[in-house]
Amino acid sequence: MKRRQFASVVVVGAGPAGLAAAIRASESGRQVTVLDDNPSAGGQIWRGEKDRRSGNDASAWFQKFRTCPAEMITGARLIHGDPERRILSVETRQEFFEIGYDKLILATGAREFFLPFPGWTLPNVMGVGGLQALVKSGLPVDGKRIVVAGTGPLLLAAAAYFRKHGAIVPVIAEQAEWRSVAGFGIRLSKNLGKLFQARSLRLALRSSRYTFSTWVEAAHGKDRLENAQVRTGAKVWREPCDYLAVGYGLKPNIELPVLMGCRTQSGVVAVDEFQQTSQEHIYCAGECTGIGGVDKSLIEGEITGLAAAGLKDSARRLFAKRRKTRQFANVLDRAFALRPELRQLPLDGTIVCRCEDVRWGRLRPMNSWRSAKLESRCGMGPCQGRVCGQILEFLLGWHPESVRPPVFPARLESLTQDSEMKESLRT
Amino acid sequence: MGNLSLTSLSFDIVVLGGGIVGTACAREFAEAGLRTALIESAEIGGGATAAGMGHIAVMDDSEAQFALTRYSQLLWKEAAERFPPDVEFSPSGALWVAADETEMREVFRKQHYYIQRGVPVEVLDARSLAEAEPNLRPGLEGALLVKEDAVVYPPCAARFFITEAQQHGATLILGKRAVGTRGNTVQLDDGSYIAYGNLVIANGIVAQSLTSSVQLEPRKGHLVITDRYPGFVSHQIIELGYLKSAHSIQSDSVAFNVQPRPSGQILIGSSRQYGLDDSAVDMKIVSAMLRRAFEYMPGLRRLSAIRSWTGFRAATPDKLPLIGPSPEAENIYLATGHEGLGITTSLGTAKLLADMILGRRSAIAKDPYLPSRSYALHA
Ligand SMILES: Cc1cc2nc3c(=O)[nH]c(=O)nc-3n(C[C@H](O)[C@H](O)[C@H](O)COP(=O)(O)OP(=O)(O)OC[C@H]3O[C@@H](n4cnc5c(N)ncnc54)[C@H](O)[C@@H]3O)c2cc1C
Ligand SMILES: Cc1cc2nc3c(=O)[nH]c(=O)nc-3n(C[C@H](O)[C@H](O)[C@H](O)COP(=O)(O)OP(=O)(O)OC[C@H]3O[C@@H](n4cnc5c(N)ncnc54)[C@H](O)[C@@H]3O)c2cc1C
Repeated sequence: MKRRQFASVVVVGAGPAGLAAAIRASESGRQVTVLDDNPSAGGQIWRGEKDRRSGNDASAWFQKFRTCPAEMITGARLIHGDPERRILSVETRQEFFEIGYDKLILATGAREFFLPFPGWTLPNVMGVGGLQALVKSGLPVDGKRIVVAGTGPLLLAAAAYFRKHGAIVPVIAEQAEWRSVAGFGIRLSKNLGKLFQARSLRLALRSSRYTFSTWVEAAHGKDRLENAQVRTGAKVWREPCDYLAVGYGLKPNIELPVLMGCRTQSGVVAVDEFQQTSQEHIYCAGECTGIGGVDKSLIEGEITGLAAAGLKDSARRLFAKRRKTRQFANVLDRAFALRPELRQLPLDGTIVCRCEDVRWGRLRPMNSWRSAKLESRCGMGPCQGRVCGQILEFLLGWHPESVRPPVFPARLESLTQDSEMKESLRT
Repeated sequence: MGNLSLTSLSFDIVVLGGGIVGTACAREFAEAGLRTALIESAEIGGGATAAGMGHIAVMDDSEAQFALTRYSQLLWKEAAERFPPDVEFSPSGALWVAADETEMREVFRKQHYYIQRGVPVEVLDARSLAEAEPNLRPGLEGALLVKEDAVVYPPCAARFFITEAQQHGATLILGKRAVGTRGNTVQLDDGSYIAYGNLVIANGIVAQSLTSSVQLEPRKGHLVITDRYPGFVSHQIIELGYLKSAHSIQSDSVAFNVQPRPSGQILIGSSRQYGLDDSAVDMKIVSAMLRRAFEYMPGLRRLSAIRSWTGFRAATPDKLPLIGPSPEAENIYLATGHEGLGITTSLGTAKLLADMILGRRSAIAKDPYLPSRSYALHA
């Protein structure tokens, strides 16, 4: 069964940015519907926080969201949309429906960035955030050895989280140099403290080795992971572990904005001072306009919600605060820039496209994303290049192709529309 | 080619366009011993060739269409012996499905036509159709099984053809666009010239940019691909109503047309639209196309789609390709206008052109495809 709906403001994504936008827009008297493809609100960072003890940021925002009149539809994924007719197609586990809007706020967040190295497809080698999500949903790691590697402050947050759940984190391998990160930390110690609770940070660091200019070259094991091959300068050793959690930072989820015709710039959605995209009725907030952490997402969400409700003056009053969070984002970016040695990690036999099993040796000699795709099927699987596209952008400087509907794999029936063209089409 | 200046190059024959048609031609010429070059501005097999379905089909809209498709189909069968696995040649056969008695009469007409011409076919009644394709809805009348129809993955077929051409000494000039011709030379967008004895214009829908002697109409098509469902469909399946749809000259149309890929994925078509040059996916058309598919295969509804895209067929007024000397100059040849059958007819096209250029006798009459023909529009 189809149902048709309309909301004056539709928000896609119920992470910090989407929640803040929904709260501000509905406080301003707009009828708001929030869609998120997860079973509960909160986005990457606050998922499952709802029931926790109150007092932190998350619970304050959740409280506001609960008491505002915005409608929340969880388990609902936006699969395509028509910016001209201002209609979105949404799929849930059971059904699919269309929803119309006056203003659309895209707060689709970010995903983890992976780099391929020999052994990265072994069981128990996973993304830092992925493993964190598994632990959140009940995977026991008590007494397990978890090597955490990659780059950025999320490594520390994750390591702290694993330790809190009883795991042993023998090493946190940060690829960036000590010098660039120290510079970053000194200038932004306050922001860092906010990004993760300082207490758990200290806990993480106390009995783990947090080493700079260090990265995982390979994962070894017969059928499952046995150890991680770690390198610091000329020194290489094998660190026995049960899990290897790797993350090279985050990449914005820009596929839906791109599908809706929003212009992008350097891999993020381009917005004006009111967070409006190149499409008149579409706004963007949070990680999809640039990776910058919770505070940036929240403030951008607030501005977006106010702007979409037409309250430009109120929105303007938040600009100064946003500027600070964006500065933080820029510094973060520079401090954790990826080192060129990481481009040398994959061997010819290393899988790059996991959906279609395409290996580095096949891709290396090719001269464009398009020919790689046509000849090797790289990026043609269910993830549509979400993983391998960004890998090859880093390794070879290729830019992924256009986005085509559906933006996520969707049931064929969900690609049909209410508006019947059939009569006019059949002669 | 290193730093060798192209300006100094000269070839017996230069092919413009590295789609399925151009690569098939280059292979034919090189194998015949001609010094051959192929110029492709983007990627081998990345144009209409990458958008199409890859159904190697015999068709009978006209005697000329039949002759070229059947001839080509047999050439595909022969070539397939040397295909690497990524060409994904699978001789799975095609089913033309009849929904009612009128369409069933068409099945028998076709059966008669094909048997007379030596094409292996078989009529399936409702029961054997249901056995052959259990996911078709019950209540269909029957179908014609065309046994030698096949499926390929066109971009890798094009890649294979150019590789074979290169093995026979052909030169591939990639990443340079032909911008015009002057006195037996073709000018490239980097300012260089290449001299030719004969020139073959095989750049598909944009042939007009190089010759004023062709008139091609783009016919936009949409396709949707699913995730992997091995065994869900076993043959290329097309509704007989497709013919009505493919014939209609002005109006937009959709028809049920599904294809099993060797990966287990299902490719779903098809649509035809005129007068558009925007390659964006139009969800109204996708919607209508899928609804049509659900009418025949209700189980498709719950399968997962991973991507949709569009492509343009290059249509001539009589829906036959343009193969032969261009009216402009006798050493400029055309190989375009293949509409929705260019994957299939690429191999026949290559043979016919080589026959003309080398003065060989050809296996089928070439007159119906000559660019100088006058168009007999048929309904
Ligand atoms: C794996 C991972 C782990 C992280 N761990 C931490 C951490 O430990 N500490 C920390 O400080 N920060 C962490 N972050 C960063 C943190 O998530 C962000 O700073 C912040 O949450 C971003 O908020 P947001 O609202 O912009 O996006 P998100 O929180 O990512 O919210 C976006 C939401 O939109 C949904 N969505 C996207 N597309 C669609 C669609 N088409 N239809 C429906 N819904 C859709 C997503 O499922 C998601 O729920 C992590 C990020 C990631 C990706
Ligand atoms: C939706 C759809 C479904 C189809 N299904 C089938 C099917 O099942 N079976 C079948 O047989 N056919 C099918 N077709 C038709 C088939 O795809 C085409 O007829 C065929 O691909 C045409 O090939 P081509 O080589 O002429 O053109 P293209 O593949 O378009 O090749 C032309 C090449 O020329 C290059 N080029 C252009 N201009 C220049 C220049 N100035 N200089 C140098 N290079 C240039 C382009 O980059 C391109 O690579 C389908 C088509 C569509 C759209």
